[in-house]
Amino acid sequence: MSSPTGESAERATGPATGPSPDTSRRGRWRALPSPLRHLLLAALGLAAVTALLFVTGDLTALRLAAVGYTMLAIAGLQLLVGGSGQVSLGHGAFMMIGAYTMTLLVLHQPMLPIAANLLIIVAVSAVAGIAVGAATARLHGPYLAGATLILAVGLPGLTHRYHELLGGSNGLNIRTAGAPPFLQGVFTNSEWKALVVWTTVVIGLAVLATISSGRLGRRMRSLRDDETAAAMAGVPVGRTKVVAFVIASAAGGLGGGLQAYVLGTATPSSFTLVLSLTLLAALVFGGIGSLWGALWAAITVVYLQIWATDLARSLELSRNVENNLPVVFFGIVLILVLRFWPLGVHGALTRLGSRLRPSQTR
Amino acid sequence: MTAEPLLTVEGLSASYGAVRALDGVSLTVPAGGFCAVLGANGAGKTTLLRTITGLHPASSGRVVLDGEDITRLATEKVITRGLAHVPEGGGVIAELTVEENLRLGGLWRPDRRDRSTLVEVLELFPPLAERRAKTAGTLSGGERQMLAIGRALMARPRILFLDEPSLGLAPLITRQIFTLLRDLRDRTGLTVVLVEQNAAGALAVTDTGFVLNQGRIAAEGASADLLSDDRTRHAYLGF
Amino acid sequence: MTHFINLTLNGLATGAAYAALALSLVIIYQATRLVNFAQPALALVAVYTAYTVTQLTGSYWLGFASALTAGLVAGAAVERFVIRPIARVSQLNAIIVTLGLLLVVQGLVGMVWGNEQHGFQYAFSYVGRFAPSSVFALVSVGAVAVLLFALYRFTPLGLRMRAAAFHPEAARLSGVKVGLMLTVGWAVASFIGALAGMLAGPPFISPNVFDVVFVYGITAAVIGGLDNPFGAVVGGLLIGLGMSYVSGYAGPELATLAALAIVVIVLSVRPDGILSRPTARKV
Repeated sequence: MSSPTGESAERATGPATGPSPDTSRRGRWRALPSPLRHLLLAALGLAAVTALLFVTGDLTALRLAAVGYTMLAIAGLQLLVGGSGQVSLGHGAFMMIGAYTMTLLVLHQPMLPIAANLLIIVAVSAVAGIAVGAATARLHGPYLAGATLILAVGLPGLTHRYHELLGGSNGLNIRTAGAPPFLQGVFTNSEWKALVVWTTVVIGLAVLATISSGRLGRRMRSLRDDETAAAMAGVPVGRTKVVAFVIASAAGGLGGGLQAYVLGTATPSSFTLVLSLTLLAALVFGGIGSLWGALWAAITVVYLQIWATDLARSLELSRNVENNLPVVFFGIVLILVLRFWPLGVHGALTRLGSRLRPSQTR
Repeated sequence: MTAEPLLTVEGLSASYGAVRALDGVSLTVPAGGFCAVLGANGAGKTTLLRTITGLHPASSGRVVLDGEDITRLATEKVITRGLAHVPEGGGVIAELTVEENLRLGGLWRPDRRDRSTLVEVLELFPPLAERRAKTAGTLSGGERQMLAIGRALMARPRILFLDEPSLGLAPLITRQIFTLLRDLRDRTGLTVVLVEQNAAGALAVTDTGFVLNQGRIAAEGASADLLSDDRTRHAYLGF
Repeated sequence: MTHFINLTLNGLATGAAYAALALSLVIIYQATRLVNFAQPALALVAVYTAYTVTQLTGSYWLGFASALTAGLVAGAAVERFVIRPIARVSQLNAIIVTLGLLLVVQGLVGMVWGNEQHGFQYAFSYVGRFAPSSVFALVSVGAVAVLLFALYRFTPLGLRMRAAAFHPEAARLSGVKVGLMLTVGWAVASFIGALAGMLAGPPFISPNVFDVVFVYGITAAVIGGLDNPFGAVVGGLLIGLGMSYVSGYAGPELATLAALAIVVIVLSVRPDGILSRPTARKV
């Protein structure tokens, strides 16, 4: 990215004793311990979202919340697919587990604070992740994808089998408390929900980012690149694969739980195979190589649908066209992006960014 | 003899990303010639072959086969111009049988129904005849190399490239293969280009040799001369 | 006892459709290492072509023929113009692109013909124990499987296709136009997928009609071993029978979960499919 001549010129004039400490701003940032770095970024993100909430209305608040919980779910998928190389077509199932856990908790244990619910969701999802990860640890590539696919298709069926508990096709509906009394005047219910969502999301992202940049992340990537080589280098393959699934399921479960919290409902029809496929497609679209890809993916999933529907309505197209425009739009955009920017949106942005900074040295 | 060479390579360059694997290589091979291309690991021998055949894009330079510029020609078309290439490891298809592998080699020819070529190749390599219906994956290393050469010969090529056929083979079999190649050239006028790390063995059977070093030609000449030139041997050929 | 026989025959007939779909997935996977999510989309194109042609001409069989042709052409076109440029860069991207195609085609079909269901007739009468349409399903898929086997085993084209799939570089060095072989492979796979669509479409078609069938088709391909056309057929029939028995004896909602159980059991014993040969990884 930096010109080869620029770099070698720099090296030629540097001290002969060894690499000098990088005292640039970037270097000092990098020197901070990883969890601290990510928490700071998280706090920054939260502050930005809060500011945004203040200047926008309720509808945007709900959409921001949607971007939030979708992003968290997709970020978990990024770690699993982009990180450990295990392609899962069943991520929607984890979201479903989180959503139903949230609604069941609110219905049967209404006294629990939301934070407690979220922790329980993480635990429950993690157990599911262990189960799925262990069952699929020996599978590779399309066989793994096939097994997770059938999970995504089969799980909603449970709601029909146990419909007294899980509500069947109608699903479960909940009402959640709004902002606590001392903040009632400051935030509307929708804004409060968006805040709860984003607080959880930024913490979750900070955790994911810390894991990704640490030893566990390196181990997962070694599995992705060459499993046999990783095994010979001492990486505990089975265990690492399961841990990757656990992290993904926890993030997905939280995403689903937050969705149920915001929407006040969990139904089997919101967790079809299409959801799992869309999550994966959106991730590749956003850029599978980085957690930032999850952000672009979430924005796309939430807003493309809205824009397309608005467009169809404003053009007064027939109902058939209006209903199908969002999905056709997404498909076409997806194909075009992958054709011309194989690294996804984030990859394209990174390349653009480095081209705009020609004198940047590493 | 001042006849037009069968193969002319002019200033051929090729890279892998930022690494220049071939840097302005020029050589000619006369019709009926048997020449060796030598050099250490990573010198660019395999890249040279792959670029000539079209498996790898040339970044500059020309390759002319019998008067036709084949530099930008797709591999599958280059094959139809009478060039055969036995890649490193042989490139046999393990899932197909010996006979299917052989038939594949001659499939592009309009006269593919003519069984005589297959008969000739099987006579040339008796072990293959014994194992015709077995899948290629069950062959030994030497047999696989024979199959690879046999498949190339099925195309009745005018010029045959071989990339390190001796790799992983016992010295006896290597000698058999080298001798077989020389016989083929002597009997049929087939032009052969032999890329080898086994420089001594290759120089013993070939007419001329080229030594590659870091993507460039470092030495060339008659094989006998290269063999007897101590400096070249020590510097580039490791013995 | 009659119940069991009915279930068996039903299971085999639906299994035939799954087998055809699994077969088309395996052909493409063998040739390109891609899982073709656009297969149901191509089947949709075929089926709606048949629907339109039959509406216009009143002939079922003309519609049937145009469906198979449409499938063939669509498959070739998709490989040549959409998949090939993307697969050069990234396998995962190519798979996701097939997903994109699925979305686009389903959406477009919904735009033109609407999301609601349209009646779609069976090839023959579907009434009775040995219903003609069930027999047709088994016979047509069986015939196609045999023809495919003959193509691969006995024809030069088949040899080229196999070579291009197993070892593209070696194939090129034998003068095989690998790109063309890929296109032909997709065309053949799509042809078979169109047949699967015509068998699985009735009684009603809609943009989402093949979603469930496709899932079972993938499941069948996966448990049969994605490298193995035989496995695809065996897997398809197994799934068809399994679904039929579970639905018949335990209830239809459990069918999908039963499929999940089958997949987990089969893959834990044979991670590469039932009929796979264990291959050692060379280090």
